[in-house]
Formats: sequence, C-alpha cells, structure tokens
Amino acid sequence: MKQDLLGLKDLSAEQIMHILDTAATMKELVKSPNKKTPHLQGKTVVNLFYENSTRTRLSFELAAKYMSANAANISASGSSVAKGETLIDTAETINAMGTDILVMRHSMSGAPHLLSPLVIASVVNAGDGMNEHPTQALLDMLTMIEHKGHIEGLKVAIVGDIYHSRVVRSNIYGLTKLGAEVTVGGPSTLMPMGIDKMGVKVFDNVHEAIVDADVVMGLRIQLERQKKGLFPSTREYFRFFGIDESRLRLAKPDAIVMHPGPVNRGVELSTSVIDGSRSVITDQVTSGVAVRMAVMYLLSRGGF
Amino acid sequence: MRILIKNGRVIDPVNKLDTVTDILIEDGMISEVGVDPDLEGIDMEVIDASGKCVVPGLVDMHVHLREPGQEYKEDIESGTMAAAFGGVTSVACMPNTEPVVDNESVVRYIKTRAAEAGYANVFPIGAISKGLEGNYLAEIGEMAFAGAVGISDDGRPVVNSGLMRRAIEYSKMFDVIVISHCEDPALGEGDMNEGAVATAMGLRGISRAAEEVMAARDILVAEAVGGRVHIAHISTRGTVELVREAKKRGVKVTCETCPHYFALTEEACIGFNTNAKMNPPLRTADDVEAIKEGLRDGTIDCIVTDHAPHHPDEKQCEFGLAKNGIVGLETSLGLGIKCLVKEGVLTMSQLIEKMSVNPSKILGISRGNLGVGHCADITIFDPEKEWTVDITKLHSKGKNSPYNGFNLYGKPEYVILGGEIIINQGELMK
Repeated sequence: MKQDLLGLKDLSAEQIMHILDTAATMKELVKSPNKKTPHLQGKTVVNLFYENSTRTRLSFELAAKYMSANAANISASGSSVAKGETLIDTAETINAMGTDILVMRHSMSGAPHLLSPLVIASVVNAGDGMNEHPTQALLDMLTMIEHKGHIEGLKVAIVGDIYHSRVVRSNIYGLTKLGAEVTVGGPSTLMPMGIDKMGVKVFDNVHEAIVDADVVMGLRIQLERQKKGLFPSTREYFRFFGIDESRLRLAKPDAIVMHPGPVNRGVELSTSVIDGSRSVITDQVTSGVAVRMAVMYLLSRGGF
Repeated sequence: MRILIKNGRVIDPVNKLDTVTDILIEDGMISEVGVDPDLEGIDMEVIDASGKCVVPGLVDMHVHLREPGQEYKEDIESGTMAAAFGGVTSVACMPNTEPVVDNESVVRYIKTRAAEAGYANVFPIGAISKGLEGNYLAEIGEMAFAGAVGISDDGRPVVNSGLMRRAIEYSKMFDVIVISHCEDPALGEGDMNEGAVATAMGLRGISRAAEEVMAARDILVAEAVGGRVHIAHISTRGTVELVREAKKRGVKVTCETCPHYFALTEEACIGFNTNAKMNPPLRTADDVEAIKEGLRDGTIDCIVTDHAPHHPDEKQCEFGLAKNGIVGLETSLGLGIKCLVKEGVLTMSQLIEKMSVNPSKILGISRGNLGVGHCADITIFDPEKEWTVDITKLHSKGKNSPYNGFNLYGKPEYVILGGEIIINQGELMK
C-alpha cells in the first residue's frame, strides 16, 4: 500500500527519525557542487499549490529535480481551479496522468486527507490550512539536531500567531514525540482554545515562554489578522511579543533563533536578531530541500 | 376502512395511557381504545402489535424538505417518504427554500405539493423576514392564514434585536410560534466546536457563546414583550441553563434539541468527517450530559431532527467548504430509544411526549393524541428489535448521516397516516 505524508500526527518517533537521518545525508548532497542523484529517475512529482508560495514550492521543485524526477508545478490561478473545478476532479485528472508523488498546498485544513484515498500517487502535505505543515517541522527538527545534537530534552519556545499556524501544530506533534519540551507564547487572541491538550505549556507573554529555551522560534504574523481585529498594530505586537536582543537574553546563552519565513522584520524578530550569530534561518532553508528529498525518496521506496 | 391494532403497548401521554390494549380506527379517526371491542363479523384489517409500542405518529417540527428550489437535495416526496420510514407522520418544514417561504403563495404551493406527493402531513413554517434577509417582517398574517404554523429564519439568525422583538409581538396576533436559530454571527464564524479537538485539526472553532448570547437575548425579548419564543436546536450546557432559568421565571419559552446533540460529540469530526459538520456544531461530552439532564427535567420540550439533506458533492469536499447539517428523519426514533430510553434518561412515554405531543402543542396542531375522535396518525415499533443503519439505503435523497453502522432499536414496522397504512411490516404501501 502506498504511503502519504499528511502530517506528523500520524507518524511514530522512529519514522520521524528515519526521515531525519535520511535527510542528513541528503543535506550533504544539497551542499555539494554536483547536485544530481538518480533516486527519483523516471518518477513524476507534481506540485499542486492552491495557495501562493515561493519558498516551499521552489524547495519541493529543486528537491525533485536534484533527484532526477520529472517535476511540474500547478498553481491555482490560471488553471482549471479558477474555472471552478472541484479539488477531487483536479486530483483525479492529475492522477490519470501518471503522477507518482503529489505535493499539495491548500488553504483548507484536511484537503490532502480528502484527496489521499482518491489518488494512486503518494500525497505530501505542503501545508493545509491551519492543520499541518509536516515538511516544515521536519526541516526545523533537522536544523535543531544539527545545531544541538539531539531533540530529546530540548526546550523549544514558539512565539507568535499560534491560532492560525500549521507550522506550530506539526512542530508540536513532532517535537513532543521526540521528547522535547515545547512552550508556546503569543497574544491571547491568537492562541487557540485547548492547545494545552496537545502537550505544551502555554503563555500569553513572551518572557515566560522563552525563559531558558534552547530554541526560540518566531512565527509569521499575517497582516490581515490585524484587519480582523485580532491585534491592534504591528508596533504594539512587536512591543509585547517581538523578539529582540534583550528578550533573547532570557533564553539559554547558546539558544538558536528560527523562523519559517518569510519574516516581517521588526515585527516577529528584530533585524539584529535575524541577522545575528544565533539565527539559523538560512540554514533552515537548506534543511528544507534536504528534508523534502528524503521524504520523496522514502515515499518512492514504499514509505518511512 | 377499519383497522384494528391488537395487543400493542399503547403509549398515549396526553391521555396518560401506557398499557396493553387495542385501538380501532374508522374513517381515518380513532374510534375506540380498549381491550377486545365487540367486532364480530366486521370486515377490517387487523395488525397484531403484540410486544410492540403503539404511539401517536411522531411530529418533527424542524425539517428541511428543500422544495421548492433545491430538489437536487430533497423534495417533498422523498423527504416525507423518509419521514414515513422514520415513524414521523407530521413534519414542519423550514422556509429557507428557493424562493423563500415568505409569502402565502409559497405556503400554498408546499401544502398542495404535500397533498399530491406527501407520505406525511406537512406543516410549513414561514420566514420571519422577507427573503430571510433580516430587515423587514415577512407577511406573517397571510402566511398564517394560508396554513403556516410558525415563523423562523432558520439557517440564519435574526441579528437585529428590534426585528426579533417585532416578530414576537406581531406573531402573537396570529398565534404562530417564533422559532429562533440562535447564532451571533460574529462569534459563530468557524467550522466546528471551539476547543482542543478543533485546535488539534487546525479547524476554526465556533464559540458556544455564539448560541448562548442570542438565546439569552431572545428569552429577554420575549419576557419584555410578554410573547413566546421557541429556541431551535439547542446544543450547549449554557443554553439549557438559560432556558431552565427562564422557565422558572415564567417566561413563555420552549426549546428543542436534536438526536445528534445527545448521541454524538465533537470527536465525530475527527478525520475531517464532513457528515459530522453541522450548525450549531457537535459539542462536548459535558454538553451531552447537560442536554440529557435538560430532557430529563423537562427544560427541553422537543426532540427534532433538523433533517438537512445535501447532495454528495456538497459533503465530499474540504471540511471548511462542506455544507452544514445531516439527515435525521429515519434515525431519530432509534437514537431516542438507544440513547435516552435504554439509558434511563427518559421513559418511553416521555420520549413520545418530546417527539410527538409537545411539538404538536407548540405548533398548535391537533396531533400527538390517541384519544377517541382524533386523527389516526399512529406509529408501531418494537423497542427491543435491533437494526443497523446503512446510509446507502436511506430513503431521503440526502445520504449525509454520521450514523452509518450504528445499531439502533425500534425501526417502525407500521405507520398509519390519517387511517391509511403507509408502512406495513416495514414496507412502503402507497
């Protein structure tokens, strides 16, 4: 039976480690001068993106191409989606063209879960609504392992718009399975009810959330949330929840700073923190390609 | 035509009857209740109801029949056929059709279609506001004269408190009940109940306050103007408590809940199951407990289905895009027996009160009564006989039920509508 990557909720700690170990090898390849392996030769990867994306889509596309796959991209605007075709019909069309791996991003939680039983291709969730973004969490964990040597016992603080974040949900599922302690912090209007039931500590201020953290992760604040009245202004957000150098002193002296990008400079993180020595943000991007290579390679070989 | 129902456990709450006896039906009316009437040599149909319950036909005061305008989801024929298979002999149908039931001609159309094609009595409910737009009162008096038994903007809340006040005041003149769909839209935006389950799936939560603030408002408005209001499909502990307190103060408020609010919790949504998506949303185990308590102590007057058939394409899609609602007519009695009677929440007689007697009283229709001289709408079922729900075999056009594979009790074996046998040994006769 084919396997998908719909979310880290469904994976065991062993499966996650298997992906991360494979990704570590792939990362060497991404950094090497000759980026070509035959791992996915003859396979077809389709990136079906219902939401705008630059980095994730490019990351998947390069990951597929580095492994010699045929890669094609479809974005919602300018395709049959704009003509009113349903998700199921679009998926069946792509399926009928001989797709092996279908990478999908969608604004609705559960969209890849709907699609998975209907297609022969392995479905990789590249972000569904507010639900999960498993490859992002995997690349975050790969980066943490590289800088900290392990996940177990790490204290990871995630700060920002927790309510709308699929990144945070996947990270919580993954990190808690691997034995990290996760705290989340953010404005109470951007904190979903019942998040504590996911096994994390919850704070409505940034200080308590990041105290003694090994990893401090900022989350992107979407400016449209302000229009919906969820917080008053980016200025006030930064004053109470932004991470600058003085706040970062609350974390461990060797704490690393992460962000899934793209960053709003001076909103989630100060420019000096983004460009500072503890920031591993660009390294996350490299890890992203490696993780996606590992995921697609393993899926083409039967799974994790 | 005469029908004799023999040896059944006749449950007739209005007449305080719960005993094994016989019922004779003549010319569409109940002509005799009592053991072994002297009927020697008279030609008649005899139904042996030994071991079965004989109850007044169920009255479901919250149903979407979708006709006119949305016949691809359901029509009066298929909807009332589903009702008949569920033991429901009377339905009150909601006005969110196309066109909206906001004038007497649409009321008359529904009544005419029901007379032609119906397998149950159909009592239309008119809109509160023209076009369900929440701005101006619909022609409530004319609709009442044409046969509307209540008014509601169901599916949409009446956001304007002033309009709700006028509706409650105005409808008093025509003695039609105002049925309120309680949902503050600014609090109600979301996919499912707010809480840990929604959060873990990345779905937008609907606050329980969305329902409760409007229920509180409508209770206070009814109290202030001395009118009556019926709160539709209540789902939370808070709403149960609001109604309980209001009744204690003497406010003329009644309310209903649906089987899904005592049979299921929000966890039914796990796995992005769109057949568990509805509005108000499925709540928590604590709310289920409160709903049962409200049923037990009489705070909740009625059990209705909010039967909401949809086309498969409207459910087999992204959770966030899926339409709200489930079909319910064919499973309501079974769920009532399983979750309420078998669990000791209600007696069978109390269940029948909530599924037949009380809705009849609230709507002011002469149903829910097995006394001599009353219309012979009767449902007969064996409360010990188990059956399994197969949603592909539902008679509604809508197959959107979360109960597939559920083992329930008491599938109706005979359904008599106005003295005519509609369902005979579980088979449709007409």
